[in-house]
Amino acid sequence: MFLTVTTTGTPEHPATDLGFLLHKHPGRAQAFSTSFGTAHVLYPEAEEQRCTAALLLEVDPVALVRRGKGKGRGGAPDAALAQYVNDRPYAASSLLAVALRTVFSSAMRGVCKARPERAARPLPLRVEIPALPARGGPGLVRRLFEPLGWTVAVDAVPLDTEFPEWGDSRYVRLVLESGTLTLSDALRHLYVLLPVLDDAKHYWVSPDEVDKLMRAGAGWLPGHPEQKLITSRYLSRRWSLTREAMDRLELIRLAETDDSEVEEIDNAVEAEAEQEARPTPLAVRRREAILTALRDHAAARVLDLGCGEGHLVRELLQEPRFTEIVGVDVSVRALTIASRRLKLDRMGERQAARVQLLQGSLAYTDKRLKGYDAAVLSEVVEHVDLPRLPALEYAVFGSARPRTVVVTTPNVEYNVRWDTLPAGHVRHRDHRFEWTRQEFRTWAGRVAERHGYAVEFRPVGDDDPEVGPPTQLALFTLTTPATPTEKEAKAA
Amino acid sequence: MSTTGSSRTPVRARALPVTDLSLVVLIGASGSGKSTFAQRHFTPTEVISSDFCRGLVADDENDQSASRDAFDVLHYIAGKRLAAGRRTVVDATNVQQDARRQLIDLARKHDVLPIAVVLDVPEQVCAERNAGRADRADMPRRVVQRHTRELRRSLRHLEREGFRKVHVLRGVAEVEHATVVTEKRFNDLTHLTGPFDIVGDVHGCATELETLLAKLGYTDGVHPEGRTAVFVGDLVDRGPDSPGVLRRVMSMVRSGNALCVPGNHENKYGRHLKGRKVQLTHGLAETVAQMERESEEFRAEVRDFIDGLVSHYVLDGGRLVVCHAGLPEKYHGRTSGRVRGHALYGDTTGETDEFGLPVRYPWAEDYRGRAAVVYGHTPVPGATWLNNTLCLDTGAVFGGRLTALRWPEREIVDVPAERVWYEPVKPLRTEAPGGHDGRPLDLADVRGRRVVETRHAGRITVREENGAAALEVMSRFATDPRLLPYLPPTMAPTATSGVDGYLEHPREAFAQYAADGVARVVCEEKHMGSRAVVLVCRDAEAARDRFGVEGVTGSLYTRTGRPFLDDASVTEEILDRLRTAAGEAGLWDELATDWLLLDAELMPWSLKAAGLLRSQYAAVGAASAAVFPGVLGALEGAAARGVEVHDLLDRQRARAADAAAFTDAYRRYCWPTDGLDGVRLAPFQILAVQGRSLAALPHDEQLGLLDRLVEHDGSGLLQTTRRLYVDTGDPESVAAGTDWWLEMTGRGGEGMVVKPLGALVRDDKGRLVQPGIKCRGREYLRIIYGPEYTRPDHLARLRHRFLNHKRSLAVREYALGLEALDRLADGEPLWRVHEAVFGVLALESEPVDPRL
Repeated sequence: MFLTVTTTGTPEHPATDLGFLLHKHPGRAQAFSTSFGTAHVLYPEAEEQRCTAALLLEVDPVALVRRGKGKGRGGAPDAALAQYVNDRPYAASSLLAVALRTVFSSAMRGVCKARPERAARPLPLRVEIPALPARGGPGLVRRLFEPLGWTVAVDAVPLDTEFPEWGDSRYVRLVLESGTLTLSDALRHLYVLLPVLDDAKHYWVSPDEVDKLMRAGAGWLPGHPEQKLITSRYLSRRWSLTREAMDRLELIRLAETDDSEVEEIDNAVEAEAEQEARPTPLAVRRREAILTALRDHAAARVLDLGCGEGHLVRELLQEPRFTEIVGVDVSVRALTIASRRLKLDRMGERQAARVQLLQGSLAYTDKRLKGYDAAVLSEVVEHVDLPRLPALEYAVFGSARPRTVVVTTPNVEYNVRWDTLPAGHVRHRDHRFEWTRQEFRTWAGRVAERHGYAVEFRPVGDDDPEVGPPTQLALFTLTTPATPTEKEAKAA
Repeated sequence: MSTTGSSRTPVRARALPVTDLSLVVLIGASGSGKSTFAQRHFTPTEVISSDFCRGLVADDENDQSASRDAFDVLHYIAGKRLAAGRRTVVDATNVQQDARRQLIDLARKHDVLPIAVVLDVPEQVCAERNAGRADRADMPRRVVQRHTRELRRSLRHLEREGFRKVHVLRGVAEVEHATVVTEKRFNDLTHLTGPFDIVGDVHGCATELETLLAKLGYTDGVHPEGRTAVFVGDLVDRGPDSPGVLRRVMSMVRSGNALCVPGNHENKYGRHLKGRKVQLTHGLAETVAQMERESEEFRAEVRDFIDGLVSHYVLDGGRLVVCHAGLPEKYHGRTSGRVRGHALYGDTTGETDEFGLPVRYPWAEDYRGRAAVVYGHTPVPGATWLNNTLCLDTGAVFGGRLTALRWPEREIVDVPAERVWYEPVKPLRTEAPGGHDGRPLDLADVRGRRVVETRHAGRITVREENGAAALEVMSRFATDPRLLPYLPPTMAPTATSGVDGYLEHPREAFAQYAADGVARVVCEEKHMGSRAVVLVCRDAEAARDRFGVEGVTGSLYTRTGRPFLDDASVTEEILDRLRTAAGEAGLWDELATDWLLLDAELMPWSLKAAGLLRSQYAAVGAASAAVFPGVLGALEGAAARGVEVHDLLDRQRARAADAAAFTDAYRRYCWPTDGLDGVRLAPFQILAVQGRSLAALPHDEQLGLLDRLVEHDGSGLLQTTRRLYVDTGDPESVAAGTDWWLEMTGRGGEGMVVKPLGALVRDDKGRLVQPGIKCRGREYLRIIYGPEYTRPDHLARLRHRFLNHKRSLAVREYALGLEALDRLADGEPLWRVHEAVFGVLALESEPVDPRL
């Protein structure tokens, strides 16, 4: 983690004044201790015409991991393997931003007793950051710095020159140049924008971060076109960080066991789920279609299989006709969020008695799910590998066997109508398949026949004359008569 | 009856038969001597007294106001005992019909016999006894009077109330002299160990029966080796010669060469013979017509034979249960109308299918019992085990086969029907769950906190939160459980090394095994790939027959059970190469198997861990490569200006070198692949084959088999595992092992795994020793502990690692893995195998330092 700040000068205004402005003597190398290692300030060049100050933060990677307590369990709450193999010692992250503030606090405030007039005035500046993690890529780097008066030169760093097919890393080499900014402006820009680009923080964000942001952003943040992004990233997901880390430990371990990233397996909850999601119109219409189907069949006791964060459960709760609502999901994390959103712990007893959330799995039969009026599988089947689908079919139609089953799934034909979806891509990273209308009908027909259900199909969303509706819905109704014929039972 | 005591009446020393599993209800007034009687004839834990229960809930054994709660407790305890199959004696007055009715209901609920023992002692005696007891001294006389009155009123009704045995002891002397004789239940033939030949539904197919008996080795109903035939019922109806079948079976039963349980068809015919009105449907008309031609005497014999049949038998020490229509575990050895009904007719769902026939409740799917249940009743195309149950009705009368099971050999013997004797209403089809049509396992077998019984390490607990995480991964990502019979355990690293500059070093690994008493170990090269388990079947048929899957010939999966490759056709290609190599090497025949389960490493690592490599390893490499030129340039500039930065410069140069070494380290795990080009598989253990777990096969023999597999692979897929054998007690041998490791890791190798040569080894305390200890290379560990971990100050801190939990986890997972293999090899039900496999996955989510 390293950056340099360079300025040029003239005999009247020598570049070496940078030493005064930064309060660090160009003739010496100085070391400052910070909580994650030692920050060094030194000057590779210090001439009248040109002077460069370098800030080098020597991060102690072991200390970074071991700051947390806990015997042999990885210390910090996030016990990820990633911690020892970590880019923090090399990349310009929030650690560098903190070092910047610690080492150059006066300069950042624009205070300079020796050269007050120079501190208040713009000067030619060049900032180099050779390894800057930039989530959002060079484009975002430009969008963040250019409106502030910087000339930006940004190059992506390749992941590994030996494996060009891997493409670029998330790091860029950044050179900023400007003649219109004060040193204080420049440092405050860096202090805010380095962590924003990194989009990760090494410390828990506490409420006083808002004040820090306001101070550092004074004079430039209010007018910045990317103000919203800067603010939300800077104050990144305040409480969720800790909570998420605690919730996800078991899955993190299983992901590591398999040399994969936790996001690869813990994706039952959308990344944005924590922010109060504005439901897309399609999701609303899907839930309306499901509720209509349930009302049509006078279902009172309803299973929401794959309830996720409980959107449908919440709507079911609003109608007294649904007397028993059971949300089932295999993701504990999804259920935790659902429980929080439904405010189950604060719900009145009578309401709470109507709803239940269970961890369950449709890869297994489950006696707890027997005997309900209806089951909803909304956007669920496409998350199951095709060879494993017969297990789900049996668990729902053969074992749980509710009177009514509502299944919704994307109509892949409609995907050409999504502007944002590249051709050939599925709508969600975890979709194992997406069906055409014909494929869905064939599947549903086969399931219905095998398990003694009748099936009808309904469109959800605008029914495009060419490619059909965005979501397809199948409504299964149990047809097999349920009259016991004991005599025959005994005779056979 | 005399009220002056029984001393003058002649005393009979009565022996009271009491069934070994029953609810014994003592009936008698307060002071009649019930507690003394119970104490004398039953064990203390068999007896529950209402007084004791009053004490439990009210601190006073005589507090009558606590009676209701006391009896709740009494019923609860009695229920628990009966559910567990333990005889229970209720010591309370039980003189009121209502009190007895509750106990009879309880007995019925648990399908055991209610038995009444009445202590009819003169009121005077009772009163005197009570008066002599401090705690009952002030009990009013009228209480005993009421008891006696109520008792008298009850006596006549006891059998009608539902007691299956009623013993009335009249007077003090008879109570004194009575003895209790424990009787076995009729269905308890656990002392018979066979061997047995269990024969499926015959339905009047007399010639097929004779052919089958001959094939089984019987001559005229007698087996020369003294085997016993067991008939599962439905001897009659539909077929051509029901009298002939009856004659044969009855004579074998009479001579002690056979056992027979009744089927629903015998039952119905039996009622017909007793003159009840039954419909002559479902082939009964044929039997009746055939029997018309027989003598009246024979018909009487048949009637008595059917009348005497016991609905099910528990045989061979409880390992085998035979009945007609199948029986859930809770009914095994129980005695009630419900048990008999289930044994004869099975359970139905109440629905009817498209042929108008009742839909049978798939009780076998739910079966989790340890006893094998062999039955008939439902015609199926072939006899297949399901959850330790086997249906032997293979539709002989419908033109199928007549099937028998040899027990304990578990061998199927069958003969084809000579013709279709009776047209079936619907086609025969198998609806076996966990098997051929995608029926899944049940969540109750994996959910929540679980304790798995293992052969090698006793009970292993899986905590609920770990099970929850495993459930998510198993459900969303894992391969079909039928093709997932094993997951590899985690492996502990060697103790942290004291050798300068090393975190791990062979010295400690050898020393640890020496300390565990393991003299000879094998060092196996650690391959630079990802763990892969391979199940390969000899052909599609073997995959279908043994694992119940269609369209694939095995599986290839990761440490958490995920299919290794997205493209199923590439997996099949790998399986095909393995299959061919196994064939060329002659392993199929030599190991007498048509499937192999292999533990292996699939290379390169980048094949699976591409995402991780790019987002973590390559990213760190990229950041370090980008930053150091600038850092070093700046420092060199400052140094040239005379600024004192030498130490810092040296340190940054060293860090740059460490980062470069790190990049080199991960790059060794990456190479491009295209389809199977560039992919390599290094098998290092054959885990199991048909009927046999090979987990205890010494590693030299293992590697010998695998070397042949690799040699006979013409495709270049398979790679051998380099190894070196070391004597842990011989310093020279240990030095050679160390040199071998130094040389291998010096060239960038990942390291080695040290294993006891004997594979499954215990220490002198009888505990399992670690099945392997990994000893990772110094360079490789940069990928784990970070680029700069070798710097002395870092190393000093990293030496504080805590290995105990990891070691304990490794052994627990190992025991679960062994258990899965044993269960697989023994042909145990899928849910049993899955239970152990699921346990391994759950334990993997326990908190432990992931770098170990």
